[in-house]
Amino acid sequence: MREILELLEEDGRMRPEEIAVRLGRDVDWVISTLRQLEEEKVILGYKALVNWDRIGGNGVTAIIDVKVTPEREVGFDKVAERIYRFPQVRSVYLMSGTYDLSVVIEGKTMKEVAFFVAEKLATLEFVQGTTTHFVLKKYKQDGVVFEESEKDFRLVVTP
Amino acid sequence: MTVLSSNLKLENRNSGDSVRSIPADTPGKWDPANCVAQVVRDIPPSGIRKFFDLVSQTKGVISLGVGEPDFVTPWHVREASVYYLEKGHTSYTSNWGMLELREEIVRYLYRRFGLNYQPNNQILVTVGVSEAVDLALRTVLCHGDEVLIPEPCFVSYRPCVKLAGGIPVGVPTKAEDEFRLTAEALQAALTPRSKVLILAFPSNPTGAVMRREHLEAIAEVVRKHNLLVISDEIYAELTYEGKHVSIASLEGMADRVIVMNGFSKAFAMTGWRLGYAAGPAPIIEAMCKIHQYTIMCAPTQAQRAGIEALRNGEPEMQRMIRSYDHRRRMMYRGLQNLGLECFEPQGAFYVFPSIKKTGLSSEEFSERLLMEEKVAVVPGNAFGQCGEGYIRCCYAASARDIEQALQRIDRFINRL
Ligand SMILES: Cc1ncc(COP(=O)(O)O)c(C=O)c1O
Repeated sequence: MREILELLEEDGRMRPEEIAVRLGRDVDWVISTLRQLEEEKVILGYKALVNWDRIGGNGVTAIIDVKVTPEREVGFDKVAERIYRFPQVRSVYLMSGTYDLSVVIEGKTMKEVAFFVAEKLATLEFVQGTTTHFVLKKYKQDGVVFEESEKDFRLVVTP
Repeated sequence: MTVLSSNLKLENRNSGDSVRSIPADTPGKWDPANCVAQVVRDIPPSGIRKFFDLVSQTKGVISLGVGEPDFVTPWHVREASVYYLEKGHTSYTSNWGMLELREEIVRYLYRRFGLNYQPNNQILVTVGVSEAVDLALRTVLCHGDEVLIPEPCFVSYRPCVKLAGGIPVGVPTKAEDEFRLTAEALQAALTPRSKVLILAFPSNPTGAVMRREHLEAIAEVVRKHNLLVISDEIYAELTYEGKHVSIASLEGMADRVIVMNGFSKAFAMTGWRLGYAAGPAPIIEAMCKIHQYTIMCAPTQAQRAGIEALRNGEPEMQRMIRSYDHRRRMMYRGLQNLGLECFEPQGAFYVFPSIKKTGLSSEEFSERLLMEEKVAVVPGNAFGQCGEGYIRCCYAASARDIEQALQRIDRFINRL
């Protein structure tokens, strides 16, 4: 099961037949395991990893440190939910250290993101403060290096 | 000219005054080619070299012809080497290799294969297993000693034996035995002059492995006939479905075996040129004698990288091995689907299918496959006569390339 996940993390488009050959299992087993993993929300989706900068960009990304006062009884989870429900919010992480939530936001322009932070995030009653960092360049995301393609330096035939 | 007489001639030439005693007025025509010793001339050109030239001239080739990992050395290893380079660690090391590295090697051999060695006089760090093989043979062979070499096998054993004055004796292994060496075949090749057995499993080019029970049978013959075993275990970690067993770990064998291992395959470090020999102190000490005069020490940067690889490299190594294992199944299944007869290899990164049913020789098959479909494989006879009728396909290639190559081979076979 772990091996299926590792293969798919590397190539989300790998077909069950291909997975089966690589793992030496039969296809039915792969298909039923995949279904189970999807049902149990271990696998949440399959998407393309896009380098938008290549075609002129697709807006801006910002990482926002958010300090909050946890809500009574429900703690950070409820607060996080209030934030992650906004569609502009790509990811939310609860962090150790000097702030509490790390929020990744995507918008068309810096202004749009700044407005969102000022109007929607900062004004939530339990948010004590925010610090916004705009991403200037992506070098590597989800284990994939954006610019480089590793060249094969090997000789074509060797002992 | 025999090996012996050419050596004698060299000695004369080098013994001071005798050089001058050649009459000055009768020089023969100078031809540098005549300087090459007969023993070297007699070494046939490598079949792989010939094929390499052919492949290099062809464009758009998918190569299943390489003999090394398709991974780059893991970053933490490269980084460690760069760090010490920046700090100025650029001098020679001990002839034996850095003690720190030898201690790591001792721990590694124990941890992975249950072998017990002393770092001070039982481990010699070498320039790859290649150097270790050469050193061992030169250390133990006297003129005319026979070396038993199970074939098909890695290309360098025969030439190294000859250069050391020994006589290579091929012991064919067969597809029906899954290319394992059997005690019967070994027994049949023995003569009173047999001195060394070169055991190299998992095997390049066949992918064969020897499990414990197979090694036990060989060990019995080895003990009975007092053979010395040179065990090239460079592919040890690349053993699938089970764990590698070293013949040196069998009861009463440690003193009869020189284990050779290295970093090239398991740690994806071919270009660093780092390996080692482990064995009985008197032999390793004697090997070090030659090593110190011919090599001094293995490259310092590589040794630094080796320490890092052994200390922290196993998770990455396991990841690479899992990846080879996936592609092993792809390649094996793919070749089977093409109707090429092959046994399921359980080691290294090679599949060795039979192409006998095509009616072509190994070389014809490989050349035509290259010309007509631009796929490079290595003809089996490059690894010894008994490799005729087979080709070596390496699956240290991307999954996409393997798929493509299989399609092209399919097209090729169907056209024949
Ligand atoms: C069986 C075998 N032994 C030794 C070597 C050489 O190893 P090294 O790079 O350590 O010299 C190879 C390389 O292809 C090999 O296949």
